[in-house]
Amino acid sequence: MTTRRDFLRGCLASGAAAASAVLPETACARDTLKRPPEGLGLLYDATLCVGCQACVAACKQVNENPAEFTAMDKLWDTPLDTTGHTFNLIKMYRNGTMETKDSELNGFSFMKTSCMHCADPSCVSACPVSAMTKNPETGIVGYDPDACIGCRYCVAACPFGIPKYQYDSPTGKIGKCELCRHRHKDGHYSACAEVCPTGATLFGRTEDLLAEAKRRLALKPGEWTTIPRGRLRPAQEKVLAGGEDGKGQKHRHGWRDEPDQSYQAQVGNYLQHVYGETEYGGTQVLKLSAVNFQKAGLPDLPPKSSAATSETIQHTLYGGLIMPIAVLAGLTWVAKRNVVPEDDDQKGGKS
Amino acid sequence: MSAHHPAAPVGGKLFNTATLVCGVLIAAMIAVLFVRFIFGLGAVTNLNDGYPWGIWVVFDVIIGSAFACGGFSVAMLVYIFNRGHYHPLVRPALLASLFGYTLAGVGVLFDLGRWWNFWHILWPGYANPNSVMFEVAVCISAYVMVMWIEFSPVFMEQWGLKVQKQKLEKVLFFFIALGTLLPMMHQSSLGTMLVVMGPQVNPLWQTPIVPLLYLLSAITIGYGIVLFESCVAASAYRREIEIHLLQPMAKIMLGVLAAYLAVRFSDLIVRGALGHALAPSLEAFFFWLEMACFIAPFAIVGTPAARRNPARLFVAGVSIMLGGILLRVNGFLIGYDTGLGVDHGWNYFPSIAEMLVTIGMFALEVLGYIIITRRFPVLPHEAATH
Repeated sequence: MTTRRDFLRGCLASGAAAASAVLPETACARDTLKRPPEGLGLLYDATLCVGCQACVAACKQVNENPAEFTAMDKLWDTPLDTTGHTFNLIKMYRNGTMETKDSELNGFSFMKTSCMHCADPSCVSACPVSAMTKNPETGIVGYDPDACIGCRYCVAACPFGIPKYQYDSPTGKIGKCELCRHRHKDGHYSACAEVCPTGATLFGRTEDLLAEAKRRLALKPGEWTTIPRGRLRPAQEKVLAGGEDGKGQKHRHGWRDEPDQSYQAQVGNYLQHVYGETEYGGTQVLKLSAVNFQKAGLPDLPPKSSAATSETIQHTLYGGLIMPIAVLAGLTWVAKRNVVPEDDDQKGGKS
Repeated sequence: MSAHHPAAPVGGKLFNTATLVCGVLIAAMIAVLFVRFIFGLGAVTNLNDGYPWGIWVVFDVIIGSAFACGGFSVAMLVYIFNRGHYHPLVRPALLASLFGYTLAGVGVLFDLGRWWNFWHILWPGYANPNSVMFEVAVCISAYVMVMWIEFSPVFMEQWGLKVQKQKLEKVLFFFIALGTLLPMMHQSSLGTMLVVMGPQVNPLWQTPIVPLLYLLSAITIGYGIVLFESCVAASAYRREIEIHLLQPMAKIMLGVLAAYLAVRFSDLIVRGALGHALAPSLEAFFFWLEMACFIAPFAIVGTPAARRNPARLFVAGVSIMLGGILLRVNGFLIGYDTGLGVDHGWNYFPSIAEMLVTIGMFALEVLGYIIITRRFPVLPHEAATH
């Protein structure tokens, strides 16, 4: 029958397996990923936003999304949140009498809701079939419906609540902002930034946008400054812009030629924080606001991404399949000694 | 005591009240699924973008597979810890596991919004090894196959395939080892699935050691479910209950449970998360309910005398099962909050149609268990017991 030695051997084998579930932060640790240097993004400045929703309408148009009605008279597109058919929305913070714009007390403020294009996106880490991918150059988090199995792990994983599923369809897809990547080949950039009348939503390289955000934070509230609109052109672009392509409409940087749309505006009463600079390792969409970001509907996130934590656990346990194979070898060895063909064994176990 | 009796079919009629009720529930499930596949998930479920996963994922798959750990827990006891006298418990436990896992795998398809692409998860080029769900999918698929192999001697015995059975039994030890490893891997990973959700999961359930918690709890649930099934099978088939096996097994179960609770509380204390358990919140209430279910078995079957009482064993098994349900429901639903309900908070409570599918899946398991135990040699031969 059972001997103490067999029992101890069994203990050892499953002890090793159990130990494999405890995770030392070893060589397998996966650091939080950083933004790619040429990553593209948006800068949203809540103090410049007038809540006109032109960006919402433009986003609907270029992504061929239907209007969503929530009011009795179905006259206007009135989504209450981003959905599988609404990738961009301007939400409103309201308090008390709502007299003053950009004031937390008795005031109101706007906040853009759309994909943040994280440096280390939870949705990409979660997706089991690589339907969510991050472009290594532009950093755009894109979605491929042909790969997607519709498990909605991305919906559950995203701390910004961005990927949304189309529950109303038997073949529903995930809907989310892809920074208008389908329009880039024609020299167009994100439609929300293209149409924004105040420059509240600005398109550009995230590094340039971050510099612009910090420039605004350094200014004195109330003073006048130049605010770019549409696409933020970095200083060195003027040098690059010398050569036109055959059609004379696109420059070497790939974007359509546009007249300078910058204008003079007053500096907002900013909180000294660029939202997205460090959150979850940074995001490519950055935000400025005078009202507390959490009150405006953005989550308070640590600098370490949860994708890094999750993948560290997985790689520690399963990296190179070393741990599973070692445990399997141990278990096989023990099982071989203990499993006796039933026909020859009426005693139940090795004697 | 160590002699184990050959298994034999229970026999009897297949058409009775129990199977009829199961049939009706299964028909209701098929009706709901028909609507779901024609009109989409929104037509029958209360799923929304704040709660993209409902009971079809959390109950049918995550809890369903944990409840199917009886086979794994008992096989580990018999073959790894060489406690051969528990052998009569292996086959019935393995059968329940086989059904639990097979149906969990099928249940996933109902919930997948783009189910026709399901094979991508195992296909190189699509599969994402960084995804916890990928690891779960690979291990569960492999484990279902391994369990059919482990269970196939039952069919071979019934159909008189002696040569094949002997050949298989020569290599069975490898499948048993694999059948012990794979559940360890995916039961822990089912917990790890919470990690990427980050601060959306309440700190009472969001911890980097969540894989260990889910693994230990799955092992205890495995023993709990064997207690439950043994008692139910004994009463339904009017058979003698295997008290001489269940009594010591319940003691082992308490040992693993104690280890689980030690890890659970140490983690909460180390992370400083215990404060959340003292807050006047729904989450805190459900946390203590979960804890109560895991602690209660010590009071119910703490003494050898109590462990010889079938009613107490049954209640202890149910208590552990409830604890296991709560650990998972709390992590994935009650303790989950996008925290982004600025304009309108998200809510989720399963629709009747969703519940009908979950109940239908359970009925399918019960029906399968009845048919197979009545026609195939799974349960120990009655005449030989005592």
